[in-house]
Amino acid sequence: MVKRVVITGQGAISALGHSADATLNGMREGKLGISKLEFRDVERLSIQIGGQIKNFDAEHHFTRQQILLFDRFTQFAVLAAQEAVHQSGIVFTSELLEKSGVILGTSGGGLQTQDENFRLVYEEGKNRVHPFVVPRLMNNAAASHVSMIHNLTGPTFTVATACASSNHAMGQAFHMIRAGMTEVMLTGGSESMLCFGGIKAWEGLRVMSKDACRPFSADRNGMVQGEGAAVFVFEEFERAKARGANILAEVVGFAMSSDASDIVMPNKDGAKRAIAGALRDGGLNLDDIGYINAHGTGTTANDKTECQAVNEVFGDHAKNLRMSSTKSMHGHLIGGTGAVELLACIMALREGVIAPTVSHRKEDPNCNLNVVPNVAQEAKINATLSNAFAFGGLNAVIALRSAP
Amino acid sequence: MSDSVKLRVIAIIAEQAMLDVAEVSESATLEELGVDSLGLVEAVFAIEEEFDVQIPFNANEPGDSDFDISSVKSIVIAVEKLVAEA
Repeated sequence: MVKRVVITGQGAISALGHSADATLNGMREGKLGISKLEFRDVERLSIQIGGQIKNFDAEHHFTRQQILLFDRFTQFAVLAAQEAVHQSGIVFTSELLEKSGVILGTSGGGLQTQDENFRLVYEEGKNRVHPFVVPRLMNNAAASHVSMIHNLTGPTFTVATACASSNHAMGQAFHMIRAGMTEVMLTGGSESMLCFGGIKAWEGLRVMSKDACRPFSADRNGMVQGEGAAVFVFEEFERAKARGANILAEVVGFAMSSDASDIVMPNKDGAKRAIAGALRDGGLNLDDIGYINAHGTGTTANDKTECQAVNEVFGDHAKNLRMSSTKSMHGHLIGGTGAVELLACIMALREGVIAPTVSHRKEDPNCNLNVVPNVAQEAKINATLSNAFAFGGLNAVIALRSAP
Repeated sequence: MSDSVKLRVIAIIAEQAMLDVAEVSESATLEELGVDSLGLVEAVFAIEEEFDVQIPFNANEPGDSDFDISSVKSIVIAVEKLVAEA
């Protein structure tokens, strides 16, 4: 029998704030989290801005031993998971532990650990690295530590599909509960690529902006990277209801597609198939959707393709939709981005507040939708979509409905 | 020297287009030569490496940047200018 899946907890850390509430406050106010990057050798980069998390003191949150094992992307995931579990009020009884698991998205994994240690051996000529380099840099480190901290012994793994990693991860968590395989999943994603090697690699593609992320604005000039994490408690609906949980939203649909065409250029048909697939999977009509959290990277190629795809799927209803890109505020968290962006969907459903697309200066005829420029809008929203269209042509779209 | 810049730029573009150097006419656009957006980014990188220059090119606004990529000839002129300034 197919189970229903609800969200009962959320936690986050981003350039907009060190918690889900702080991140949502930032989104509500249209706060700009993008600032000047601060790390070693930043002066050798041509791109020097990002959605970097400032005033973050790992020693305030973790023991010395934990810091030795936790790359920054793991630190973010652990904090977000802790907040989500706390907020959900869930108690993991011994009977529940093996029916609960962790699925997180990341693209770079422990990239900072790699960068630091490559520097030590190649640049500084050291012949020895710390014994924990491998367990620190592996992509599944964050999911494993979250599983260990909460003692969850069910299915646990990491999904890496570049910019769609978090959406793919949350989709798997949704499927597992819906199929009756598990009852509770901690799911979302985490990323921390803001280091010299991380940005240097991205510079090569010539798609990064030096001044701002301006999705859907005619004067856009590229993407801006961010870092952080968001983790949610996905729970089987009857179990959440029985324990009197505060239900934030219902996860109703999920779809994935592959463009099978180009390694970096987005493809309208692949995007359309994922959007339409999520609607179909969730039993949603076109006019049920009031808000779409766009992939909205602020690259010319994405914006044009995404707007065309939405227009073609939604037809006449497209003009009634709101579609914003919160990447304009927190930057592109790559493997963690879908998770942080799901917060905006939940806020739209719970509070009727639509997070804006900030830094928007000039209407683009290729993006003739209500892109919520610069200031949040209010509207009653019953269902939302969150888009993710990754390099590699991998698309993943999640559909949420208001809490039942 | 300018001839040699021209020949070296054309050689780089020809490699990206998978054509013989003789098949790359100066009036051709990259599109006509079959160079896609990734090929263009690769060509820009190869030119930077070849001449040790920094090319002001952003794939999001290829028309707006100071580096004119509208034809093989315009690219050669832009590279000659960068090399002269370097």
